[in-house]
Amino acid sequence: MALEGPNGAGKTSTLRMLAGLLSQAEGTIIFRDGDGTIVADGEERSRLVAWLGHQNGIKAQLSVAENADFFAKLFGAGGYAQIIQRVGLGELAELPAAYLSAGQMRRLALTRLVLSHRPLWLLDEPMASLDRSGRALATGLIEEHCASGGIAIVASHEPLSLASAKLVLGS
Amino acid sequence: MTALWALVVRDVRLALRAGGGTLLAAAFFATVAALVPLGVGPDLQLLARIAGGVLWVAALLATLLTLDRLFQVDFEDGSLDVLALSPVTLEAICAAKMAAHWLTTGLPLILLAPVLALLFNMNTEAYGVLLLSLGIGTPALTAIGHIGAGITVSLKRGGLILSLLVLPLEVPIIIFGAAAVMNAADGGQTALLLLAAFSLGAVILSPFATAAAVRLNLGS
Repeated sequence: MALEGPNGAGKTSTLRMLAGLLSQAEGTIIFRDGDGTIVADGEERSRLVAWLGHQNGIKAQLSVAENADFFAKLFGAGGYAQIIQRVGLGELAELPAAYLSAGQMRRLALTRLVLSHRPLWLLDEPMASLDRSGRALATGLIEEHCASGGIAIVASHEPLSLASAKLVLGS
Repeated sequence: MTALWALVVRDVRLALRAGGGTLLAAAFFATVAALVPLGVGPDLQLLARIAGGVLWVAALLATLLTLDRLFQVDFEDGSLDVLALSPVTLEAICAAKMAAHWLTTGLPLILLAPVLALLFNMNTEAYGVLLLSLGIGTPALTAIGHIGAGITVSLKRGGLILSLLVLPLEVPIIIFGAAAVMNAADGGQTALLLLAAFSLGAVILSPFATAAAVRLNLGS
């Protein structure tokens, strides 16, 4: 689903509320799992979410591989080698993340989505600073995720190049 | 467990790399402790008497230096959001961060302390008690420091308010820690036991208090 709206419309806040990082002033957020039962517990709910915010959550002092390895271990995923190849950082694995460009940082952050194996992806401007092939890559990852039964809610200024429902805030 | 261990390893690595501040805290500890004899003068008996107190205050200040960036770096670069949504509870994450902080701040101070005690002409029998008291007390410095760091995480320049929050809470550590070294002749046992009780309480409660504070700050 694409989340659109002008600056300040509340796209980021909406995503943070869905993730459980921000508590809403009113209203309720209801998650249902595969068989339709309501997931009421906040901790359990946050375990369904893979988060990509404005900030990438990458440590500049650690190498690309160390960052990816940490994500893999934190989320209990297997290897990270395949995914960093996929996002085009395979050659740079040993380089400290401080030397990456903004777009390469974003690519590294995308690996976390895949490594977390969560059904609901909440993405805040995922295409920010990505070049054309980076956008194609991100779009491909989102498409694959949705094809395998996942949900992605994407806040974005630019129209996504994939079929999606659309929610416009502040209109 | 793998996830927690990975977090400890990550934090230790970050602390040891450029800008991590581990060496800074140890160097600060050594500098403060080395300055006091210069100010007090060459009265060996007086120095031996104040050694415990000075080393403890220096250890406390050195730890204080490292606190303001504990959660703030993770908050600013978005890592804290990721950690909050990870499979590990925030309480366990805080505990892992405390372990990493103690390994990179508390432990170096303990290792440095005997060398600095030489400068104070400290009694030989007091060395063991000094090390024991630091070993028991530095985890409490870490634990209470984390609560303060958690509360001030979203403040841009929270360093000063953090010190004001944390220092009064650390008074018992200084009192019992220094008293143990001062009464080393009779083993300093009462003070050590009280220090241990305080430290245990702080270490057990801190992850919960810190996690609650961080949650509150993430939502704002």
